Amino acid sequence: MTTSRASADLPELYRAMRRIRMIEEAVAVRYAEQEMRCPVHLSIGQEAVAVGVCAEMRPDDQLVSTHRCHAHYLAKNGDLKAMMAEIYGKAAGCCGGRGGSMHLTDSAAGVLLSLPIVASSIPIAVGAGLAIRQEGRDAVAATFMGDGSIEEGVFHESMNFAALMRLPVLFILENNLYSCYTGLKDRQPQRPLTDLARAYGMPADAADGNDVEAVRKAVQRAITRARAGDGPTLLVFDTYRWREHCGPNYDNDIGYRTEAEFLGWKERCPVEQARRRLVAAGRHDDATEAAMITTIQVEIDEAFAFAKMAPFPSPETARSHVYG
Amino acid sequence: MAEARILTVAEAIREATDIAMEHDPRIFVMGEGVSDPKAIFGTTAGLAERYGAARVMEMPIAENGFTGIAIGAAIMGRRPLIVHQRVDFALLSLEQLFNNAAKTCYVTGGHHTVPLVVRMIVGRGWGQGPAHSQSLEALFAMVPGLKVVMPTTAREAKGQLIAALEDPNPVIMIEHRWVHYATGHVPEGHYTVPLDGPRRVREGGDVTIVATSYMLLEALRAAETLNKAGIGADVIDLAVLRPFEPDLIIESVRRTGRLLFIDTGFRQFGIGAEVVATVVEQAFGSLVRPPVRLGLPEHPTPSSRALLADFYPTALSIIDAAAALTEVEPERIAVPRAALAAELAKLPVDVPHPTFRGPF
Repeated sequence: MTTSRASADLPELYRAMRRIRMIEEAVAVRYAEQEMRCPVHLSIGQEAVAVGVCAEMRPDDQLVSTHRCHAHYLAKNGDLKAMMAEIYGKAAGCCGGRGGSMHLTDSAAGVLLSLPIVASSIPIAVGAGLAIRQEGRDAVAATFMGDGSIEEGVFHESMNFAALMRLPVLFILENNLYSCYTGLKDRQPQRPLTDLARAYGMPADAADGNDVEAVRKAVQRAITRARAGDGPTLLVFDTYRWREHCGPNYDNDIGYRTEAEFLGWKERCPVEQARRRLVAAGRHDDATEAAMITTIQVEIDEAFAFAKMAPFPSPETARSHVYG
Repeated sequence: MAEARILTVAEAIREATDIAMEHDPRIFVMGEGVSDPKAIFGTTAGLAERYGAARVMEMPIAENGFTGIAIGAAIMGRRPLIVHQRVDFALLSLEQLFNNAAKTCYVTGGHHTVPLVVRMIVGRGWGQGPAHSQSLEALFAMVPGLKVVMPTTAREAKGQLIAALEDPNPVIMIEHRWVHYATGHVPEGHYTVPLDGPRRVREGGDVTIVATSYMLLEALRAAETLNKAGIGADVIDLAVLRPFEPDLIIESVRRTGRLLFIDTGFRQFGIGAEVVATVVEQAFGSLVRPPVRLGLPEHPTPSSRALLADFYPTALSIIDAAAALTEVEPERIAVPRAALAAELAKLPVDVPHPTFRGPF
């Protein structure tokens, strides 16, 4: 197992996670400038799920994400400048300023849609899987969903249909333990979340959501089945959102979770874990780290500069594209 | 010119689906009952046999789920046609229709489109009751990004449905169950009726009557009787609720000075509120009397036929409203109205009128 593809690619996976972390931290730092005038739901702490899943996906594989879509979009090679311009409300944004941070999309990269209503994105991915089946291709569709979404009826409707039709769909359950400020224990009975798949006769797999290699291996098995026509898989990855549900701040002091719980998860930071693993294997050192950080920072600075300088859409275009 | 065939609206809808599916292999049908022995009142009959289960897909009982699935497939370039046996079941799918079907083209700046058609049927009669007979077209017509059509004649139903299946946008087609029985001349083969606004179905200079679907049939019946009393009704089939194109109605009201709107659904906050408001905004100076709306009263649909006596607008209530609007002397309208009333009194209120099925 130690010679798996994931291990060989770990430097790339680490770099992808570090890049996402730095981009989102830059958003957090600059959010106070009040030029990014839309809600932002940061994925800081959850990068391993996004990167581990997308490492196994091809550009023609379709990804559908949620309100917390930055990491998924970036991991799937969504265009950074178009993302930043969107958050700044600019015409060059991936939605031309019509969607904001919760609607990131990039067709060339296979980011089909991101949708902010909990679980609303799940059947969209199943529909993409149905289209892929109808077209006779071997691509797959993946839906990222949080632990709140499995409380919605449409999650169960989508699981049932995907299993019935054996569609090439990956249900990626990214369990960060909270729906806004309400813990999983207060919302759902205690049971392994993988059991949800049993009700639909669907295979399920779980892995440490803060271990990018473990995530990737689980996805590899599921995606191989999906491409072979053997149907969908539910993948459960436990992880943790470091910052507030919506916005740039930490909120361990407001009473719904503890600083100790946060620090326990921070100790298991997905990005640092990957870095330590690379250092231990003698494949990474301070010099490579510094060079990598510098390169990423240049890209981020360019993207922010682009977004800030880019023109706003002209007001009269607000009426266009209601119909195709 | 060869005599056009006479079909029911239900048969015309079935034929439209068949022709569109034959023409475009991306079209597929999804719904609860689309391939069962009843085949949605016959409107999908034979399609599963002809095109197979991969294109006529019997669905689990999961309206929001399969609507989202259809939207996902549509964004990917497929062309799903969803069928609901009742509007009331489609309520479970509003989240997907309003948030995703209606907005994806807009949010992506036209990059993605959602070529989706959703047929839903308004029930009436035989005790259907409060949750099997709602005419909620105003709900759908409120949302930019959706198109909403309500066919009345067989020719229109076939042409609208083919047009809808060729349209890049989500189209909601609301069919009245009693309209399914109406017959009319239907051209053979492929043709479309553009989803671009209302059409005049009867010329007259005294009062503008606007309606669609089953209430258009009632309005046409009323117009015949009004004509016997010397009142000329300009009858307009609204046909397309969104995009709302009021020009024909405005032009008519400028001539008649009088507007009567008949809602298939609730009168308050119904389509008639939008039509009347638009006429008042654009042709206030032409109005010689305040506009009048008829529609369903402020309570749910009861099941018992005894409770339905005054629930639905009828040709008679339309005649009375039009007579009041035109200030016709009561004696002029009394005789033809009494004749129609006598004919209607012989029939039960909870089944479609047997002599009132066209051809239209």
